[in-house]
Amino acid sequence: MLNRVTRYVATGAALATAIAFSVSAFAEPAAPNYPQTIGKGEGALNIVAWEGYAEDAWIKPFEKDTGCVVNRKYAGSSDEMVALMRQGGGAEYDLVSASGDASLRLIYGGDVQPIDVKLIPDFDNFVADLKAPPHNTIKGVHYGLSYEWGPNVLLYNTDKFPKAPTSWAAIYDAKNKGKISVPDNPIQIADAALYLSKKDPSLGITDPYELTPKQLDAVTALLKTQRPLIKKYWALASDEIELFKNGDATVGAAWPYQTITLKAAGAKVADTIPAEGATGWADSWMLSAKSKHVNCAYKFMAYVSTPDVQAQQALFFGETPANLKACTAMDKADKGSCAKYHLNEAETYIKQIKFWKTPQATCSNGSKDCTDYGAWQTKWQEIKG
Amino acid sequence: MISRFQTAYGTAADALSRGVRRVSAALWRRPAVSAGLLLLPPLGWFVLIYLAALAALFISAFWTVDSMTGDIVRDWTLQNFRTIFESPTNIAIALRTLGIATAVTITDIVLAFPFAYFMARLASPRQRIILSTLVLVPLWSSYLARVYAWRLIFAGDGLLNWCLRLVGFDGVEIGYTNWAMWIVFSYIWLPFMIMPVYAALERIPFSLFEASQDLGARAWRTLFRVVIPMSMPGVVAGSIFTFSLTLGDYITPVLVGGPGSTFIGNVVYNNVGITNNVPFAAAYATIPLVIMALYLSAARRTGAFEHL
Repeated sequence: MLNRVTRYVATGAALATAIAFSVSAFAEPAAPNYPQTIGKGEGALNIVAWEGYAEDAWIKPFEKDTGCVVNRKYAGSSDEMVALMRQGGGAEYDLVSASGDASLRLIYGGDVQPIDVKLIPDFDNFVADLKAPPHNTIKGVHYGLSYEWGPNVLLYNTDKFPKAPTSWAAIYDAKNKGKISVPDNPIQIADAALYLSKKDPSLGITDPYELTPKQLDAVTALLKTQRPLIKKYWALASDEIELFKNGDATVGAAWPYQTITLKAAGAKVADTIPAEGATGWADSWMLSAKSKHVNCAYKFMAYVSTPDVQAQQALFFGETPANLKACTAMDKADKGSCAKYHLNEAETYIKQIKFWKTPQATCSNGSKDCTDYGAWQTKWQEIKG
Repeated sequence: MISRFQTAYGTAADALSRGVRRVSAALWRRPAVSAGLLLLPPLGWFVLIYLAALAALFISAFWTVDSMTGDIVRDWTLQNFRTIFESPTNIAIALRTLGIATAVTITDIVLAFPFAYFMARLASPRQRIILSTLVLVPLWSSYLARVYAWRLIFAGDGLLNWCLRLVGFDGVEIGYTNWAMWIVFSYIWLPFMIMPVYAALERIPFSLFEASQDLGARAWRTLFRVVIPMSMPGVVAGSIFTFSLTLGDYITPVLVGGPGSTFIGNVVYNNVGITNNVPFAAAYATIPLVIMALYLSAARRTGAFEHL
C-alpha cells in the first residue's frame, strides 16, 4: 500500500514538473502585426482599467454602435494590471489602461503588441509630448496609445486645514499622526523622493525614478518615519474615499478622482499641488499580444480618442485629455474646465509633472548605479512592515 | 419472433449476472484488490489535485523571476529562502501572523468553553436548539459582509465610539489596527471552536460528575480534574480550525488591518497576484505549511482527530 502511494506521489510530482517546464522561454517586445483596416467587430472586448475609466456614460453608446460588449475588470495598482495582462497566458484581456510605471514592463515582457496609429483618426490632435512618449513608444514603434494624464495631488479635509497645505511635509508631519492615508504602491517611493529632492538637496536626487542605493535608503528612512503616522495605506480609491468620509483620515496622497467623488458626496475636502511639485500619471491603452478581439480593440481606441469621450473621461476622473480638441467639449459640459485642467496650456504644463515610469537598474545617463523596480518593491514591503 | 428475442435476452442477462458473480467472487477472494479499486478514485483525486499542486509549489520555490519581463528563470537557487530569512520584515510578518493566530485561538477557547459548557450541561433541550442555531446563523451570511460590518463598527464615528461617548468615555482609535484584527478574527472563527468543545463536553458521562462529588471533590476541582482534561481533545480540535484559518487568512488584514498588519497570506497574494513573483510566494507559503505540520502532529498526540 505504502509502496503504491509513494509511486503515485512520484508520478504526480513528475507530471507537475512537466507542466511547469512546458511554459514559454524568455520574452522580448512583440513584433508589429498591424491590421490593414479595422474590420467587423468580434462582439466582445475584455479590458483592464482603472476605477472610473470605463463608465457606462461612454461605454454603453460604444456597445450600441459597434456591438462589442465591453467586459470590465478594475485594477487597483500598476502591478496588478501587469499581473492581469499576463494571467492565463495573456489572452484573457484585450486592452489595458496602463500607466507609465507599468507600460515598459508590459512591452519588454512581450505582453502587448504594437499599435498602428494611422488607424486612429484623432491621433494627429494629441499633445505633442504624448504622441511618442518614452513610456509607450520604443524606437518609433507605438506600443501604446496615450489617453489621459494628470498629477497626484495632496488631499485634505478643509475643516482641519482651513488653509491649503503648501508642502508635502503635511503627510510626514507628526502633528497629523493617525490621520494620514497614502497609496499602497511601491511607486509611492517616488513621491517621497520628489519631496526629499527639494528638502535635502545634498542627496543629489534629480529624477525621483532614478535613485542610487544610497538615495533609495534615505527615502526609505523617511517613509519608515511616516509609517507610525499612517491610518491606512489604501489599495483601492474607494478605501480612501471611505476614510475621508467618516473622518478617519484628514490628509493624504490621492488622485483628483477621490476629491471629485468626495465633494459630490458633500464631504469637506479639497486638493492642491504643493510647492515641491507632483508626480503624475500618463496612461496609455495597450493591446494584448494575444488579443482575440483586435477589431473591437481598435474601434474602442479610436472611440475613446475622440474629443467628446476624452472630455467626458477627463471631467469624470478629474484629469487632462491627450486630445487638444477636447477643450471645446469640456467647456460645453462644465464652463472653464478646459483651463482648470490646463488643457489650454497642455504643451507647457505637461513638462512640470514628473510622470510615473518603471524604475530601471540602468540610469538614463547609462550608468548602472540605479535601483530597479524589484528593489523598490522589496523596500516598500519593508516600509509597510 | 418474440420468444426468440426473449430467449436471447434471457441468455444475455444470465451471462451478465454470471459475469458479475464471477468478478465479485474474485474480489471477495482478494480483499486487497477490492480495497485498491475502492480507494483508487479518491486517492487519484488526492494525488493529482492536492499532492501534485504541493509538489509544483515546492519546486517553483527554488526558481526566480526576472523583474523586468516577469519571466520565470528556471535556475535552481536557494535565493528565495535566503531572502526570507535575511529580511527582518519577512520574519516579523511570519511572527505577527503566528502571534495573532495564537492569540485568537486562546481568546476563542476562553469564550467558547463556558458557552459550550452551558449548552451541553445546563441548557434545556429547547434552549440548546436556540443556542446552537445562534452559533451557526452567522455562518449563513457572507464572510465579507461580516468583516465590513466590523469596519463600520470600528470607524472613527462608528457604532463603538458612539456607544462609548454615550456613556461619557472618550472614543477609541481601534479601527485599522492589529487590535481590530484580533477582535474580528476571534469573532469570525468562534463557531468553529464552540461546536467541537460542545461535542466533547456532551460526551462526558454524567456518572463521572457524580463520582467526582462522591469522592469529595468540589465544583472547581471537578472542573479542573475531570471536565477540562476530558474535553481537551475537543478544545484541540477547535484550535486546529481557529489557528489554521487565522494563519491562512489575507482578507481581514486588508479590510480591518492598518499599517503593519501584513500577514503571510498577504505577502503570498501580493507576490502572485500583483508582483507576479510566484517563486517567492511559493517559498513564503512553505512557512505556514511547516507550522501547520508541526501543530497537527502535536495535536494528533492528544487524540483530537477523533473529535473533528
